[in-house]
Amino acid sequence: MPVPSAYEPAGTGYVRRSANRFSVRRWSVRHARLLEHLYGIFAGALVRLHWLWRAIGYHRVEKPMIPVERAIKGFMFDCRMCGECLLTSTGMSCPMNCPKGMRNGPCGGVRADGNCEVEPDMPCVWAEAWTGSRKMVNGDLINDVQKPVDHSIRGTSAWLRATSEAAAARESRGHEGQ
Amino acid sequence: MKGNEFAAPGDPLPELPGHSSRGRLERVLRAGEFAVTAELDPPDSTDPEEVTERARVFDGWVDAINATDGSGANCHMSSVGACALLTRVGYAPVMQISCRDHNRIAIQGNVLGAAAMGVCNILCLTGDGVQAGDQPQAKPVFDLDCMSLLETIRTMRDQSRFLSGRAITTPPKVFLGAAANPFAPPHDFRPLRLAKKIAAGAQFVQTQYCFDVPMFRAYMDRVRDMGLHEKCFIIVGVGPLRSAGAARWIRSNVPGVHIPDPVITRLEGAAKQSLEGKRLCIETIQEIREIPGVCGVHVMAYRQEERVAEIISESGVLRGRKPWKRLRDETIEQASNETGPRQMGPDVVVKAAGGETVHHQGRFQQ
Repeated sequence: MPVPSAYEPAGTGYVRRSANRFSVRRWSVRHARLLEHLYGIFAGALVRLHWLWRAIGYHRVEKPMIPVERAIKGFMFDCRMCGECLLTSTGMSCPMNCPKGMRNGPCGGVRADGNCEVEPDMPCVWAEAWTGSRKMVNGDLINDVQKPVDHSIRGTSAWLRATSEAAAARESRGHEGQ
Repeated sequence: MKGNEFAAPGDPLPELPGHSSRGRLERVLRAGEFAVTAELDPPDSTDPEEVTERARVFDGWVDAINATDGSGANCHMSSVGACALLTRVGYAPVMQISCRDHNRIAIQGNVLGAAAMGVCNILCLTGDGVQAGDQPQAKPVFDLDCMSLLETIRTMRDQSRFLSGRAITTPPKVFLGAAANPFAPPHDFRPLRLAKKIAAGAQFVQTQYCFDVPMFRAYMDRVRDMGLHEKCFIIVGVGPLRSAGAARWIRSNVPGVHIPDPVITRLEGAAKQSLEGKRLCIETIQEIREIPGVCGVHVMAYRQEERVAEIISESGVLRGRKPWKRLRDETIEQASNETGPRQMGPDVVVKAAGGETVHHQGRFQQ
């Protein structure tokens, strides 16, 4: 399955999608608090299994992990597999669904009804992100300035990247502590 | 502050402590003056005269001129090109960069090129979607967003490094700006987004058209509560509406412009709608000026540029201050009286001799 380009609305180009195409995505935003909690448990479990991933080799685990991650996040968030997932900072609304690829908040073109400038029937992903972030414990992460997207890692597993980074951070903290 | 002391065309001003650029706009703002900027739409032409002619209508009324970068996703002369032409004759342009059309490699290259040509102010924009313009078939780039664009140029300026970390020998000394739209949802996030832009490097912001002063006041209340007006110069976008019909068209076709119904009703009720539009613009400027934290106005009078001078003059915002004015005409007259056409530059020759000397000075024509 090809990785869709980050700049086009999923699978359609700039064709208008009907509002009900966004219902799962909007459910995820409404339940941002629950999903934040569940992801916290899941991410913790992945980090605890770091020894296993390292033993098998992260690059080997990644192969079966990618389709799983794509299927789950694709269904729930219309994930575009950018490879550096921001969902926990963006109220569980995937910013890569923004036709302008905004990673830092809504552009000035948001319509009065809160819909997208480019795709008039789609709720602005950043207006949604703001709503979702207000429900979350760490919702204020939305105020952090995000770096430009690294397009060279598109299509890779953000779950595994986050896991290896968290494990590396834990290890370096461990070394400092000694 | 007197404008004409900075008159040497094309030359940057001497460096001042606490200033990041050597441009006029930053000085005016840091001196605590109420700044006035205006918008110039670069021509669909290669004639440099067309650019300077478009700037000429603002002469002596504005502190900087924004040269738009494919505004509304329509193709025109590039902002880099227009700004380079403007700096040659001494204007203080604000170069606009839209992330829609360039990736990070092109953008960083353009920033260096523009700074080398004397551009001192850069406005970082995401840009309207390609669907808004005359070429909706184009590939939208959007490699960076306005926020990462700000951070990129700030890194280039302050750390003399590209995004990749590679060193720049002479960094671009630019005054960095961003856009803000206080009138689009989600309204409670907008001040936070301004804070984010400041964190990313914005030193001034120019807002979208303000037609709803109460909404803007509410925004500014939050901005002052957060102390943002002390970290960033806020310049408010205004503009004259030509008619009620034009207002309705803008409202439904230009992304991000909020025009409340009472404005349209007022225009409809007027005997001369364009005059009422101008009056409304002047009243808006006068109301905005009184809001604490507002540092200037940005007048966007698309296809009514000749009205900008009247609007600024009648609003009285300059309080007698005279922004820089190009001394072009006097120079021509003086030069043609004293030395004759042969020792002058090409544009002077053409102007002074009404076009006839063009043949004798043919080498300048390429």
